[in-house]
Amino acid sequence: MNFPILSSITFIPLIGAFFIFLTKEEKNEKNKGAIYVSIFTSFVNFFITLFLWSSFDKTTYDFQFVEEFFWISGFIKFKFGIDGISILFILLTAFITPIAIISCINSVKVRLKEFLIAILVLETFMIGVFCSLDLVIFYLFFEAGLIPMFLIIGIWGGPRKVYSAFKFFLFTLLGSVLMLVAVITIYWITGTTDVNEIYQVKIPTEYQYLLWLAFFSSFAVKLPMWPVHTWLPDAHVEAPTAGSVILAAILLKMGGYGFLRFSVGMFPVASEYFVPLVFTLSVIAIIYTSLVALMQEDMKKLIAYSSVAHMGFVTLGIFTFNKQGIEGSMIQMISHGLISAALFLSVGVLYDRMHSRLINSYGGIANILPKYSFILMVFVLAALGLPGTSGFVGEFLVLVGAFKINFLVAILASTGVLLSAAYMLWLYKRVVFGKIEKNDLKKMKDINTSEFAILFTLGALIIFFGFYPEPFLETIHVSVDNLISNYNSEINKNFAFK
Amino acid sequence: MIEIKYIAPEIFLSISIFSLLSIGVFIKKSFNIIYRLSSLVIFLLLLITLSGNFETTKIFNDSIVVDNFSTFMKSLILVSSFFILAMSKKYLTDIKNDKFEYPIIILLSILGMFIMVGANDLIVFYLGLELQSLALYILAAIDRDNSKSSEAGIKYFVLSALSSGILLYGCSLLYGFSGSTNFELILANTDSVNAGTIFAMVFILVGLAFKVSAVPFHMWTPDVYEGAPTSVTSFFSVVPKIAGLAVFIKFMYIPFHAIIDQWQYILVFISIASMLLGAVAAIGQNNIKRLIAYSSIGHIGYAIAGMAAGTENGFRNTILYITIYAVMNIGAFAFIFSMKRGQKYIEEISELSGASKNHPLMCFGLLIILFSLAGIPPLAGFFAKFYIFMSVIESGMFALAVIGLVTTVVSAFYYIRIVKIMYFDDSKKPFENFKDTGIQGSLILSCILLISFFLYPSILNDVISNISIF
Repeated sequence: MNFPILSSITFIPLIGAFFIFLTKEEKNEKNKGAIYVSIFTSFVNFFITLFLWSSFDKTTYDFQFVEEFFWISGFIKFKFGIDGISILFILLTAFITPIAIISCINSVKVRLKEFLIAILVLETFMIGVFCSLDLVIFYLFFEAGLIPMFLIIGIWGGPRKVYSAFKFFLFTLLGSVLMLVAVITIYWITGTTDVNEIYQVKIPTEYQYLLWLAFFSSFAVKLPMWPVHTWLPDAHVEAPTAGSVILAAILLKMGGYGFLRFSVGMFPVASEYFVPLVFTLSVIAIIYTSLVALMQEDMKKLIAYSSVAHMGFVTLGIFTFNKQGIEGSMIQMISHGLISAALFLSVGVLYDRMHSRLINSYGGIANILPKYSFILMVFVLAALGLPGTSGFVGEFLVLVGAFKINFLVAILASTGVLLSAAYMLWLYKRVVFGKIEKNDLKKMKDINTSEFAILFTLGALIIFFGFYPEPFLETIHVSVDNLISNYNSEINKNFAFK
Repeated sequence: MIEIKYIAPEIFLSISIFSLLSIGVFIKKSFNIIYRLSSLVIFLLLLITLSGNFETTKIFNDSIVVDNFSTFMKSLILVSSFFILAMSKKYLTDIKNDKFEYPIIILLSILGMFIMVGANDLIVFYLGLELQSLALYILAAIDRDNSKSSEAGIKYFVLSALSSGILLYGCSLLYGFSGSTNFELILANTDSVNAGTIFAMVFILVGLAFKVSAVPFHMWTPDVYEGAPTSVTSFFSVVPKIAGLAVFIKFMYIPFHAIIDQWQYILVFISIASMLLGAVAAIGQNNIKRLIAYSSIGHIGYAIAGMAAGTENGFRNTILYITIYAVMNIGAFAFIFSMKRGQKYIEEISELSGASKNHPLMCFGLLIILFSLAGIPPLAGFFAKFYIFMSVIESGMFALAVIGLVTTVVSAFYYIRIVKIMYFDDSKKPFENFKDTGIQGSLILSCILLISFFLYPSILNDVISNISIF
């Protein structure tokens, strides 16, 4: 281990942002320099991440590419490292960022330079979250992401941007400060904030419950789970397309990642204790938000509610504590990252042309936008979990895992699949099929090359992983097995102790 | 005689003050030269202070102590004053308040703080406190043609004199019950809890809480901050607080260390009340100076939370907090000093509307400072709060930690409200563009410090972990 590859993928975007900061902005002209630098940086980062994935050792559950050095003397080490659970998220982040950047170049009209800086800074924080192996460092990156996202929503957002940005900021901050208390308490109990050491030391059972709840408050808001999901639809609706893409594809996944890495890993006993709570909230999220999604008139809001429902599957899967459930929720998160990004981009395509996100201002666009309608169909089918798309793999595995644990919960969750089919297909029908009744729709142009390239890449990946999820699964197998066996041994110990 | 060298900074300062005063009287239009010389005096003073010894030395019959605690606090006072002086020159000239006495009064108050911070004896302490306070009364009212400033001066004088009286009463009680004015001897004589000492502690605590504007003794703060000229407000919001907290720490940890159980919960209450009030009351403010006043009340709450932990780490983290607080506040005031349109300095937050379009760099600077004040990582303000709550939780005060962190969320609301006004709203007329090394330099330096702090947070820690007052 010589080259600090994780630090470089984390901080390359920051360096890129700094160079963009130096470029000069001409009035009434596009800032070419900023665009090139941002695309270049994000692609370089993506390729380094691919290299990271290819040299990743899939046969061990130990943390790899570990970097550590003293940061605050005698107290906190700056520690980076990845295992099978985190690498996929890093890959997803590095993949989605260039897509978001390319998509925003045409649609962001004002202050493009600052926008690109914000996105690259955000990428640094997101990758940092998935790389860090120290609770304090994790918290640092986890919270820092609020600043650029707040600005992205607030500066480039829609009419109700201020309300949404504040709601997003304050909700997430409130959840997180409780986590900070928990982090400090863990340091106080164990004398370390190094995640790996905490795994070894084990936190005493009596503390686990409250600590679990503190972490839960943060991750549940971030994920988001019902009933603290209300910031998400607002944030999505008002955020610019690129902001929605990053929000849905990556920021939400921090919550799921946090559950896997911290809640389950550090507090197994409490995790088991709180399973009924999580299951209840997940099932409510799946059914309730699906029903809410059914009634939405705004496309972005519909997708936002469907995200909440899909995240319900994720929490359900994680807290089944069996291999199918956890792997399923991992796949669900990755695939939701791709699908929701694709759906938000598709809505963005329509919005750029017609400046409306309302479903009833469209209709019959299959006649004028054939290419677009075809690709949108792939995403819609993937979102409802059609076999052959990545959406199916995740939901299926989660449901298999759930059936092993709790029949009732699994049955209830399955209705979510039906409901998602209902709202997605209905959305598709109302937007794409039928006659064109609005004349201004006829002026719309079909997607251009760059839009097609982005959407096609996403569509191809979604289908590829629908048929062949093995590359993902084999990356996570060993780490997930280790997680589960650690969990089981802790639970058994605790049971015997009782 | 050998002891004289340990108070070299104080002696140098007194001599400088008198010579500057004579120069000012005899030379006409001497504002500029006196101002420059005062900055030079502060700079030299910093060198003298830092070149002194760091061994704990007690001099003059143990009534003054020179140790790394007092050296650190004095340096902090000097550095903050230096930057505040550098920033406020243009402002003073613009509001036609370029009296040569201004920098000299500031030097006088610094002298008072030096004596206060170095005191190891009730009488010496009170001497320093009064010298400092008298200088501050004059400062608050320095813009004497402005009724608001005079009002601020009178308000501050009456209330502060009252609190000084209470404090002095506490001191005399303490002397009566412990038989000594020396801090260590007081500690040695109060081995058991007796009612007299507790009364004395409460009285002294009230006086000190007033000086650092902690709730419920904060009422003067918003009015004085708003009324006094901005240059004075910037000084008030940083320097006297550093000195006030220094003696606060000293009192709590030396003479009253034996009755820690008695004061700990008073401090917890003061801390929680300050945090809550600072968070809630600032929301409705439209005057940026009032907002800073409430925000500083909140920040004092966090600083006191560290002290309330009652551990050595606790007060160290308080020192760390106040250091970072000083950096943030100086940056914020550097921005306020550049809010000038036409001939007028603007204080309404709503006038910032859309300022980021006309002044991108300046507003970015304020953005960093505001997020740091709100305690969002990776900025320095986060670390300040983090350390405070480390020591709070170490002492097992979970309720204090949770309440404190929840109030950070509330206070984040009004900080990001300013960001919203600057960045999200439509732009108004731009401010006047001017170059002033003091103002812009302070703003940039403050931002760089806040951003880069996370790269190596140990720097400050290493210095502060050596500080001990026992």
